[in-house]
Amino acid sequence: MVAAAAREIRDGEIVFTGMRLPLIAFALAKQMHAPNAVGLFECGLVRDTPAPELLYTMGDPPNIAGALWATRMINMMGLLQRGAVDLGFIGGAEMDRFGNLNTSYLGNPESPKTKLPGSGGAADIASLSRRFVVIMAHEKRRLVERVDYITSPGFGDGQGWRKRVGLRHGGPSAIITTLCVFGFESSIGEAVLRSYHPGQSVASVRAETGWDLRVAEDVHETASPTAEELTIIRRYDPQGFWTR
Amino acid sequence: MSKIMTMRDAVARFVPHGSSVVMGAALESLIPFAAGHEIIRRQKRDLTLIGPISDILFDQLIGAGCVRKVIAAWVGNVSAGLGHNYRRACEQGIPHRLEVIDHSNFTISLALLAGGLGAPYIPTYSLLGTDIPRTNPGFRQSLSPFGGEKILLVPSLQPDVAILHVQRSDENGNAHAWGNLGISEEAALASQRIIIVAEEIVLHQIIVSDPNRVIAPSFKVCAVVREPGGAHPSPVQGYYNRDHEYYHEYHRLTRTVEGNAEWLGQWVAEVKDRAGYLQKLGKERRQGLQLKEHRYAAPVDYGY
Repeated sequence: MVAAAAREIRDGEIVFTGMRLPLIAFALAKQMHAPNAVGLFECGLVRDTPAPELLYTMGDPPNIAGALWATRMINMMGLLQRGAVDLGFIGGAEMDRFGNLNTSYLGNPESPKTKLPGSGGAADIASLSRRFVVIMAHEKRRLVERVDYITSPGFGDGQGWRKRVGLRHGGPSAIITTLCVFGFESSIGEAVLRSYHPGQSVASVRAETGWDLRVAEDVHETASPTAEELTIIRRYDPQGFWTR
Repeated sequence: MSKIMTMRDAVARFVPHGSSVVMGAALESLIPFAAGHEIIRRQKRDLTLIGPISDILFDQLIGAGCVRKVIAAWVGNVSAGLGHNYRRACEQGIPHRLEVIDHSNFTISLALLAGGLGAPYIPTYSLLGTDIPRTNPGFRQSLSPFGGEKILLVPSLQPDVAILHVQRSDENGNAHAWGNLGISEEAALASQRIIIVAEEIVLHQIIVSDPNRVIAPSFKVCAVVREPGGAHPSPVQGYYNRDHEYYHEYHRLTRTVEGNAEWLGQWVAEVKDRAGYLQKLGKERRQGLQLKEHRYAAPVDYGY
């Protein structure tokens, strides 16, 4: 998942780096194919080098030491709204076929079955970045036909929705799950299975997906991490805290 | 004039029942846990908590029954995920019902920025099309009077008090904070008053030697509390690192109502103050959080 996430980062991009796996994906991309990528952290940090140690949160002291800028959150959010951020990473608890994410309420918000923590900065990243990538666990109860509540907007109910509600650009470009990678077909704004991870198949992904799965014509197996990628991942997560 | 007082006095005087309080404004670091625990010990009630993410501090105050309303972007446990007390309050009304006003990190920043500017609201393009305006009745969707495009109006917030943990302060509340600041400055300027909790009290000359590092105007500061270790388990740059394991222990123990009562007893009720808490934490554990090396900034020249 980390290797697949890192491959979504292009060289020279300004990347809103989320928590957990994307932190390692950013470090990996920097060392492999995107040495000029710059990382933004919503707590108020800009870095052009990965933090020297494994991070558990973006505000950990190693992430501040050697930063290009330590500042206020509103400056990071301002860059985002101003259109300066190419790519943002977010996580999700529940997602639908249009890439809308719910991290707020399962069931009726008035009397929720489950109260999830909320948006944090995810709704802003999904609203305002040029494109975003979702990283999440793949389970049938999480990948649903329609989310109960849109915390972070994907393509709403399909193509044209974002423009209609007033969002100026953006939308999900990939969903990286524990089983596969989805891309998005721009004409319909819907998730399309692009590749399945080693050991999986179209059928096994379909069995764990709560909507009628669309499959890309050139669907294939996700490329395994190379030895070099694995070495870097292990350097940033030596105990396998975030990765196995 | 010195504003130094104990945490007990600061909370007793400046955090009355029913007040609105900003905490955790720097996000994962500089969280004023010592202040939160004193609020729990003084059994403050009907508070409105305001903050971006707050990590487990809001969950603790909710579980202790201090909170009536939460205005935040996220409440949980950054290390472990969900906050059990927040869930219990929202799902089952335990220990009682909670009013939740949803924000994102950007909109809570804008609400406090507007509060600090004395402006009624600030527009944004964020959150258009989401369901967050459904669970924040203060938001208004509108059209820009200039270009006619859709915008979301974020109403200003002016909390009663902002509690900020900082690295150092003089006794009058001129305080230095460094590292990422989150919404500390916005929170301080929007609030009626500020409580500064500092790792160290230093001479006034040290603060004014570097005025760019000052977090807020001291004339808004009502109390200065010297509280070394007061942000544990969150980190303070240049003083101590984050105690990651503490968040996981909290998560495991607070899974049940009984476990939460046990946690509150152990870490809050049965310790008299922060010094008692640190003693309970133990020397070995505190040593494990110490800096591995110093990294001093180059001095800057304010000469003229």
